[in-house]
Amino acid sequence: MKLRVGRFALISVALLFLGLFLVLPLIVVFIEALSKGLGAYVAAVSDPLALAAVRLTLLVAVIAVPLNMIFGVAAAWAIAKFEFRGKSALITLIDLPFAVSPVIAGLVFILLFGSNGWFGAFLQAHGIHIVFAVPGIVLATIFVTFPFVARELIPVMQSQGKDDEETALSLGANGWQTFWRVTLPNIRWGLLYGVLLCNARAMGEFGAVSVVSGHVRGLTNTMPLHVEILYNEYNIAAAFSVASLLALLALLTLAAKSLLEWRAPELRRRSRQMRDLHRGVRK
Amino acid sequence: MASTAAAIHHHENELRRIIPGFGLTLGYTMLYLSLIVLIPLSAAFIRGFGLGWEHFWGVVTAPRVMASLRLSFGAALIAATVNAFFGLIVAWVLTRYEFPFKGIVDAMVDLPFALPTAVAGIALTTLYAPSGWLGGTLLPLGIKVAYTPLGIVVALLFIGLPFVVRTLQPVLEELDQEVEQAAATLGASAWQTFVRVILPALWPSLLTGFALAFARAVGEYGSVIFIAGNRPMKSEIAPLLIITKLEQYDYAGATAIAVVMLMLSFLLMFAINALQGWALTRHGGR
Repeated sequence: MKLRVGRFALISVALLFLGLFLVLPLIVVFIEALSKGLGAYVAAVSDPLALAAVRLTLLVAVIAVPLNMIFGVAAAWAIAKFEFRGKSALITLIDLPFAVSPVIAGLVFILLFGSNGWFGAFLQAHGIHIVFAVPGIVLATIFVTFPFVARELIPVMQSQGKDDEETALSLGANGWQTFWRVTLPNIRWGLLYGVLLCNARAMGEFGAVSVVSGHVRGLTNTMPLHVEILYNEYNIAAAFSVASLLALLALLTLAAKSLLEWRAPELRRRSRQMRDLHRGVRK
Repeated sequence: MASTAAAIHHHENELRRIIPGFGLTLGYTMLYLSLIVLIPLSAAFIRGFGLGWEHFWGVVTAPRVMASLRLSFGAALIAATVNAFFGLIVAWVLTRYEFPFKGIVDAMVDLPFALPTAVAGIALTTLYAPSGWLGGTLLPLGIKVAYTPLGIVVALLFIGLPFVVRTLQPVLEELDQEVEQAAATLGASAWQTFVRVILPALWPSLLTGFALAFARAVGEYGSVIFIAGNRPMKSEIAPLLIITKLEQYDYAGATAIAVVMLMLSFLLMFAINALQGWALTRHGGR
């Protein structure tokens, strides 16, 4: 009896905490978005500046995510299939962007490509704009989303070993055939999982992009930056309308993530695999 | 016999060598890592140290900078501590008990990973502003959340929670419940079992989750700036001060603060790595 009371109390505390800090903010987004009616919502979302922000956000993700995906596959291949010195250090370096404040992620590109930066004079002489323009936004986004795919893929590839690849190679397949026909099908869920998380962060990144964007409406404003501008103009309903699109993206991401975990339960065990991975490296 | 083993060994070596792409993939990994991460980050360090010690020290110890660093690290410390406590309860409930909609609740824990920080920021501000649902309830009690340091802690609670829960969950799942049952049979109360048996086993992971949440919270920007109020010396976080200095074209000042934050973050990362090593030897069985 006493145990059951304790159980009930713990579940209540957990649900209350999650409800207060996670669910309530999410509900507020949708309620505020529709506070001026459906017409105002549609108007805010289909405003030309909002649409320009949507287009830029999609463009940035379309560039940043595939680049980090290719890197993730390459890094996972090198780390999972081969033994070499400094592997543990390499894994730590790949995680480095997670330890960097988004604002600093933006700042470093200003120090490189800004008018006072290392390459500033060269870029100015050739009329190339990186910072306060779209390329800077893309670079900052690549930086903050850098580890996502590699981090998911490394433990997945590591746990699968290299037996399948060795079999394919000994049967006469070449390297590319082995990769496309054997490795890729083996890692497809893990790859999709990493891409999903990478994309969510790429489309939602705020701090890093804010530093390098220059905030030119219709030109260098991504969706999160557009939300900020509308909010600071006290155009609250419109800000939440655009924000609701991002919240929907987050919910879709979570749903797809759960679906993937259900299809490939080993993805849930990632932290356990990361431990095994570090142990493997230490040996 | 020995020659067969040697032959197999030789054969394995042969096979190991036939997996291609080592040079290509490691080379590309190093190139991309250098271009995107290492060279840009070293630019910050080189520029920061290029200021000279006196200039650097002068910027960093200015009262406004010190206040912002204290606030960023202090609020992150409080939020990570509260998250460690509630995160442990959430992880416990999710691994040990059954209740309706548990799958959805479990999935929702990742919301802070998926929801853009700016969206979280304006939503929390609307909730906790004096006119908001929660802010309006708390105000008569004399508690002001939005536009105070307390608001910063609330935003950091949101951001950090999944780190604690997701670090603890797999460890809790692996925990041998027979030991707990044995403790109970020997007459230990539920509380004694928790403190003497469960907590010692969880301690390294709890600390790791705490450190991850702390590391993330220290540099957080998007969810904080809307709710913080951003008054210098009172509710201005360090990342915001970097942006303020950039907008005033004070690149040296911005870089100096960034270097201090980077060094502290990297120290923290080493600590987390060491903690994970400790957690590993603790659970080292398999």
